Amino acid sequence: MSLTHLQYLESEAIYVLRETAAQFQKPALLFSGGKDSIVMAWLARKAFYPARIPFPLLHVDTGHNFPEAMTYRDEFVKEIRANLVVGLVQKSIDEGRVVEEKGPNASRNKLQTVTLLDTIEEHQFDACLGGGRRDEEKARAKERFFSHRDEFGQWDPKNQRPELWNIFNGRKHFGEHFRVFPLSNWTEMDVWQYIRQEKIPLPSLYFSHQRKIINRHGQLLDAETGFVNLLEEEKAKIEEMTIRFRTVGDVTCTGAVLSTAATLDDIVAEVAAARQTERGTRADDRRSETAMEDRKKEGYF
Amino acid sequence: MDVQLNPEESSLLRFTTAGSVDDGKSTLIGRLLYDCKSIFEDQLAAVEESSKRRGDEHVNLALLTDGLRAEREQGITIDVAYRYFATPKRKFIIADTPGHVQYTRNMVTGASTADLAIILIDARQGVVEQTRRHAFLAGLLRIQQVVLAVNKMDLVDYDQKVFDSICADFMKFAEDLENPVAITPIPMSALNGDNVVDASEKMDWYSGPTLLEHLETVKVHLGEAHVESRYPVQWVIRPMSDEHHDYRGYAGRVASGSFKVGDKVIAYPAGLTSTITGIHTFNGDCEETEPALSYSIELADEIDISRGDLLAKPENPPHVTQNLDAMICWFSEKKMKTRGRYYLRHTTREVRAVVQEVVYKVDITTLDKVAEQTEFSMNDIGCIRLRLATPIFCDAYSVNRITGSFVLVDEQTNNTVAAGMITRTLDGADDSDAAGAYAI
Repeated sequence: MSLTHLQYLESEAIYVLRETAAQFQKPALLFSGGKDSIVMAWLARKAFYPARIPFPLLHVDTGHNFPEAMTYRDEFVKEIRANLVVGLVQKSIDEGRVVEEKGPNASRNKLQTVTLLDTIEEHQFDACLGGGRRDEEKARAKERFFSHRDEFGQWDPKNQRPELWNIFNGRKHFGEHFRVFPLSNWTEMDVWQYIRQEKIPLPSLYFSHQRKIINRHGQLLDAETGFVNLLEEEKAKIEEMTIRFRTVGDVTCTGAVLSTAATLDDIVAEVAAARQTERGTRADDRRSETAMEDRKKEGYF
Repeated sequence: MDVQLNPEESSLLRFTTAGSVDDGKSTLIGRLLYDCKSIFEDQLAAVEESSKRRGDEHVNLALLTDGLRAEREQGITIDVAYRYFATPKRKFIIADTPGHVQYTRNMVTGASTADLAIILIDARQGVVEQTRRHAFLAGLLRIQQVVLAVNKMDLVDYDQKVFDSICADFMKFAEDLENPVAITPIPMSALNGDNVVDASEKMDWYSGPTLLEHLETVKVHLGEAHVESRYPVQWVIRPMSDEHHDYRGYAGRVASGSFKVGDKVIAYPAGLTSTITGIHTFNGDCEETEPALSYSIELADEIDISRGDLLAKPENPPHVTQNLDAMICWFSEKKMKTRGRYYLRHTTREVRAVVQEVVYKVDITTLDKVAEQTEFSMNDIGCIRLRLATPIFCDAYSVNRITGSFVLVDEQTNNTVAAGMITRTLDGADDSDAAGAYAI
């Protein structure tokens, strides 16, 4: 028998999750309520079954959430019997650790980095599991499964540890930590096919629904939650559209796509025909050609 | 666009690419992705814009793969990058590695997880020193399938004689390699797309498969052929719940062979025998394991087993050793010296190791073995003898890529400084003869 590609990817991710539990003192799984972190948490449940996941889920909460994602988060965490730790960007703002961006494109996405690093320090987490995939963005194509960060949380692309065979080196000095990416080798299609195969429940945002939307330079942004700062002239242009989200994160930088895909089969078919990358709907990556590389160096996921 | 694979039938192929600077490697990968419709409009638009800004004549497909700022500025690839694409038949993972001499270590890294290697040759240059080095490394890392991609055929008028003569040169040299590989030569032009995805109209003298046809159909094994069953323990699952009060499962991923419920197994290093009573997954219990899949295994007896231990079968035991010879590739700017001490990481086990001696170094230009060396610099390859503080349970790399491989880690910096492939073990009466026969 030869393995299907999903069997291979699942086994590899489980292997990496178990290595993380074994090699670190206090890991945490970064959980955003987005589909990649949901799949990762699902795999963690499989990896340690019938025991509970031996580390908490960590949500860095910008406060600018879709309510559906928050409801989902709390139900899902209960369902898989995991512990949840929440780091609040609002707290970082209140404490003067970060300054809120102003203007129509204001987003708390960039502020998350500080909150994440503060939360890591507060809880002494020495490894954070992320749902990042190498197919998402060109700077991520060179990311390791075990990604070393210095004591300032920074990523140095020229000084990464080589990874060979299935040997992952998590040795570190005090104060340093790791980001671990079990889904490195997955593509968006793999994630969707796996969700369909495993029948993993998802937030309703991923499926087609009616929503008030503002079209800003071709990006379809939410105009319902009130988190996107609307210009006066935009307020008149809010439209009711049939959309779904391809990624779910902070409301201010998550773009919707026009879609009637209401089931997982519809979505898989839609992803197969898509002509834009899923990050193409994200405002944060569009800031410059190397936006992701720059944010990663500073300690972004 | 992401092709919709049939999730029940599609398999996975991991391959690596090697070529000298300017052999058109990034262009070839760009072409594969582009022709397989794995490039999205926004990616292509970004590349078109960058090409224009740089003043490139064509849309520079190489920019699709060169991700880091320094690479885009200098037009070179400086690290292993992983790319993904799929056809309805297979999902592919490409380890894209740069070809410069100083980046031997990246090639070794990319090759360690690859089932197949594409070695690029510029049809105008023919087989060059770099080509020989790439073939040597593919053999060293035990990649069994090599595609000889004779590129830039458009620049030699698609001449069959040029192709034939390059193939003959390469085959002659490949005969001398210690580890034989299956070689598939394909003439192509990555720039124009000849024989990459679609068959070339300009080379009717070539009747073989296009590169993609070959990649889609070539057979690779995933450890099924192994007689030796190996299960390195990663983690012990103890739920400590009322429902699973006495549950004690050994979590791991099958390195090779298979295990069945009822099989007798030996646990190393304890050396004790027990019987498998259960093979569990979240999706249910199994009667038998499959290679490369992850499980939790329960045994009949309470033996002290923890992370770093190994389950194997009595009829095909591993080598238990504290002394071994290994081929290594040195990764660090800090030189390796005789008597140097390192952590050795092998499967899920970590032990301390000291370099007893350098057996020989390989001259990367002539591929000759050079004796009487005492140190290794970055990108050096050769054979060393190691003494370990506690035993590991291993096989020769030539028979098992997982239980035959290790990395060395610097005690001060914690950096991974070398990749190692076990060639022979040196202690124990039963080891010496059989082990001595292992070629590199």
